[in-house]
Amino acid sequence: MVALDFTAVLQQWPLLLRGAALTLALTAVSTLLGVGLGVACAWARHAGPLGLRSAVALYVEFIRNTPFIVQLFFIFFGLPSLGVKLTPEIASVLAMVLNLGAYAAEIARGGLEATPRGQVEAARSLALSERQVFFRVVLPPALARVWPALVSQIVIVMLGSAVCGQIAAQELSYTANLIQSRNFRSFESFIVVAGIYLALSVLVRDVLRRLGVRWLFGGAGHRGR
Amino acid sequence: MIEFSLWDIVRNLLLAARWTVALALMAFVGGGVLGLLLLMARVAGLRGVQTILKGYVQLFQGTPLLVQLFLAFFGLGLLGVDVSQWLAAGVALTLYASAFLSEIWRGCVEAIPKGQWEAADSLALSFMQKLRHVVGPQALRIAVPSTVGFLVQMIKATALASVIGFIELTKAGTMIANATFQPFVVYGWVALMYFALCWPVTAWSRKLEKDLRRGR
Repeated sequence: MVALDFTAVLQQWPLLLRGAALTLALTAVSTLLGVGLGVACAWARHAGPLGLRSAVALYVEFIRNTPFIVQLFFIFFGLPSLGVKLTPEIASVLAMVLNLGAYAAEIARGGLEATPRGQVEAARSLALSERQVFFRVVLPPALARVWPALVSQIVIVMLGSAVCGQIAAQELSYTANLIQSRNFRSFESFIVVAGIYLALSVLVRDVLRRLGVRWLFGGAGHRGR
Repeated sequence: MIEFSLWDIVRNLLLAARWTVALALMAFVGGGVLGLLLLMARVAGLRGVQTILKGYVQLFQGTPLLVQLFLAFFGLGLLGVDVSQWLAAGVALTLYASAFLSEIWRGCVEAIPKGQWEAADSLALSFMQKLRHVVGPQALRIAVPSTVGFLVQMIKATALASVIGFIELTKAGTMIANATFQPFVVYGWVALMYFALCWPVTAWSRKLEKDLRRGR
């Protein structure tokens, strides 16, 4: 009979807490930068000059068709031979931003393309500059339209960050490996960590949804509920 | 010291890529069969079963695949099974695929108008007949593009099996990078090979989706 001992794992709660905090921090930074990058890329593909458009398309296709772990290893192990040395945390954030940026670009582009033409024409007829048209008229409802998809992608990126433990970024899954190396309770520590990830993904999804509805879009996102 | 030519690197990576393809296909097919069973249980509409399956899907979508792989690896060991990397990776990826595929297909079944079920009811068809002759064929048509799209996700997911020691493309890349001290070149090639595997499937899925939209 298998005897499971969770207390040995739970005793290490300060480590677990620190790991969860780093996972959340990595996710928060990557979300801000990644969604920004995604919106910039979506704009470039939607309305940018031709050269930029194909460069962005190439970037998006390349990221979407390779595994995250390979992107991370390329950045962390590959780039130093070009003289770019990164700490595990910086490499993790960079990989997560580049990854989320590509997916967010596709999602945001869907939102931009669904903008009714009349809205842009109406804004132009009010003599708004192109910049104002994009940031004040086109972008907010476009993001509100695709917010649920964007939130799902952010959660996927957070779960993907478990891989960052492989380059010794001390996030949650790294903690699990650390704990099992101390007390040999490998199955239990991964069960506990899986539970924490599950709670984090429910939490992050919920918080981002509320944030989107309440603040980011001034109630425009209500339609989706 | 042994010198490695570029061809040595590429050839060994190509050899390892076979295992990426094999693992991805195995998990995709296994997950498809299991996912279909789960889908049928969900569509059949027993309330208790539905709650359990919803939790099952949530469990696999709400935790990292990496952690699932570790759980399969250590969990099977606890049960007294002699765990090979094949077994652990196969089990974890199959379960993962079954959860995602059953969820994708559920969306497709729910997209079929209720009237179709009712019409089939009024013809006194049994549950299996309804699935086989009325709802299934229509749902299948919608399901094909996203299912092919999931195959891409599956190929990328196998890269995580490298972490528990399964020697496929990524693990081979790590080993070769350690032996040649050329991580930039090696991981660059690894990425290119994943791209070569995934991109045609992505393009195919996109074409299927376009055809479907045009067909309506």
